Amino acid sequence: MSATGYPIRQATTGEIAGILIAGASILPLIMIAALTTDPGYAFHVSLGVVAAAITIFLIANRCFSGQPGNPPQEIDGKPNYNMGPVKFGTVAAMFWGIAGFTVGLVIALQLAFPALNFDLPWTNFGRLRPLHTSAVIFAFGGNVLLATSFYVVQRTSRARLAGELAPWFVILGYNLFIVIAGTGYLLGITQGKEYAEPEWYADLWLTIVWVVYLLVFLLTLAKRKEPHIYVANWFYLGFILTIAVLHIGNNLNVPVSIFSPKSYVLWSGVQDAMFQWWYGHNAVGFFLTAGFLAIMYYFVPKRAERPVYSYRLSIIHFWALIFLYIWAGPHHLHYTALPDWAQTLGMTFSIMLWMPSWGGMINGLMTLSGAWDKLRTDPVLRMMVVSLAFYGMSTFEGPLMSIKAVNSLSHYTDWTIGHVHSGALGWVAYISFGAIYCLVPWLWNRKGLYSLKLVNWHFWVSTLGIVLYISAMWVSGIMQGLMWRAYTSLGFLEYSFIETVAAMKPYYVIRAMGGGLFLAGALIMVFNLWMTVRHGAESAPEAETQPKLQPQLVPAV
Amino acid sequence: MDTTYQWLAGFAQSAGLLYFVGIFLTVCCYAFWPGNRDRFEEAARTPLQED
Repeated sequence: MSATGYPIRQATTGEIAGILIAGASILPLIMIAALTTDPGYAFHVSLGVVAAAITIFLIANRCFSGQPGNPPQEIDGKPNYNMGPVKFGTVAAMFWGIAGFTVGLVIALQLAFPALNFDLPWTNFGRLRPLHTSAVIFAFGGNVLLATSFYVVQRTSRARLAGELAPWFVILGYNLFIVIAGTGYLLGITQGKEYAEPEWYADLWLTIVWVVYLLVFLLTLAKRKEPHIYVANWFYLGFILTIAVLHIGNNLNVPVSIFSPKSYVLWSGVQDAMFQWWYGHNAVGFFLTAGFLAIMYYFVPKRAERPVYSYRLSIIHFWALIFLYIWAGPHHLHYTALPDWAQTLGMTFSIMLWMPSWGGMINGLMTLSGAWDKLRTDPVLRMMVVSLAFYGMSTFEGPLMSIKAVNSLSHYTDWTIGHVHSGALGWVAYISFGAIYCLVPWLWNRKGLYSLKLVNWHFWVSTLGIVLYISAMWVSGIMQGLMWRAYTSLGFLEYSFIETVAAMKPYYVIRAMGGGLFLAGALIMVFNLWMTVRHGAESAPEAETQPKLQPQLVPAV
Repeated sequence: MDTTYQWLAGFAQSAGLLYFVGIFLTVCCYAFWPGNRDRFEEAARTPLQED
C-alpha cells in the first residue's frame, strides 16, 4: 500500500494470456474491417479492435494498481467477495433500463403519431422496435441477471467468485455484445428473427461470453462452503444452461463470407419457424422467468427476513417448470404449417405450465406469512410482492391465450403486446427494481436507501403506468381481433384493415402515456440510487453482528 | 417414410408420457422424503445467514 512511485507487480498467468489473446486479435480484426464492403460491419469490427485495445489497457493497469493479482479467498475467516462485477452490472442495468424504456416510449408515440418516424431509416419503427425489445430484455434484464447471479452465488455459497478476470470478461463482454446488437439494428443489420436479431459474428461472441459465464458460475458453486446448493442457484443454473442451448440451436447459421455480416440459417420453412419459437418462447421461460424466479427466491426472503415458505415446493417448482416450459413454444404457431398434433402439444404444455407457475408465485407470496405488516412500511418489499401478483396474472393469461380458440382471436393483435407487458413491466421489471433497491445499499455499504418516500413515488407512478398500458392494449387488442373477424350479412369483411388501425389510435395514445409514467418512475429510481451512493450514510461495520430478533419462528403449518 | 414418421411420433408421445410422469414422481419422492426434511428446512434459511 501507499508505496512511492509505481507499485508494479508481476502479471499473473491469466493476465498475460488475456493480453496475448486481445493483442493477437487486433491485426486480423483490422484486416477484416479494411476489406469488408459493408460499412456497418466495418464499424462493428472496428468496435472489436477498440474493445481489444481497452482490454489490454485494463489488464495491464491491474499490475500498476497496487492490488494483488490473486486476492485472498478469505479475510479473517470471512469470504472475500468479489463485488466489482456486480456493481458494474447494477449500474449498467439502470443505464440500459432507462435507454430501453425511452426507446419504448418513442415507438409507442410513433404508432400514435407516425410522423415521429422522421422518414429516416435509422429512426424507423422497424429498426427501433428490436432496439427496444433487446434493450429491455437482454440489456436491462441481462445485466440484472448477471449482477444478481454473481451476488447470490457468492453469498449463498460463502465463496469468492471463481476467477479474477473471468467475471469481468463476462460482464464487459456481454455489454459489448449489447452495443454491437443495438447499433446493428439501427444500421439495418439483422437476421430478422424476433429476439434473435443479432447476426452470426455477434452470436459467436455471445457464445464465448456465455460459456465463460457458465464456467464461472459452476466453478464458484464447486468452491462452496455450504453443503446444499440453494434453490436460487438452481434457477440461475437452469437459466444459464438453457439459454446456451437455445442460443446455439437457433443461430446455426452459415455466414456468406467472413467479410459480410449476412448469414443463412441451416434449415428452412416450418422447421425454421419451429426452431425460432422453441427459442423465442424459452427466452421468455428461461431468461425472463427462471432467472427472475432465482431473484425472487433470494431477495424476497432476505427483504422479508423470513425463510422460504416451503423449500419442498421450491424443488418441485423448479423441476416442473423447466420440464414443461421447453415444450410450450408451438403455441406461437397455431393455424400454421406446423403439424396439428405439435400445435396441440404446445397448447397442452402451456396449460400445464399454469400449475408450477402458480406454485412458485404462492411460494413467494407465502414467504411473507408472519411479516405481512412489512408491506405497509417497506415499499421495496411491496414492489416485489406486486411483481409476484403480476407474475401470477400473466402466467394465468398466457395459458389462456395459448388455447387455440382464444388464440384465433388474440394472435397478431395488441392483446399479445398487453400480455407481454404485464409480464415484462409488472413481473420482470418490478422484481428487478426490488432487487436493485436491495443491492445498491449492500454493495456500496450504505445504511439504507436515500429515500423510501421516493421508492413509494416510483411504485405508484409506475403502477399507474402499467395499468394504463395493459388495459389500453387489452381493449384495443380484443377490438382489433373482433373487427378483423366481423362479416356483413352478405359474407364480406365488415372493416377494411385501415379502419381497424384508425379505431386503435386513442388506445395507442393511452399506452404511450402509460409508458411515459413507467419511464418517469424509473428516473425517480435512478435519482434515488444516485443519492444513496453519493450521500447515503455509511452502514456501521458492527451492525451485522448484532443479535437478530430471530427466535425459532416456524411457519404455522 | 410415412411409417417412420408415424412410429417416431407414436414413440415420442407414449415414451414421453412415461418419462415425464416418472421424473415428476421421482422429484416428488425426493422433495417429500421424510429424511430430507431437516436438510431442506436448513437450506430454506440460507439467505438469512450472515457471514
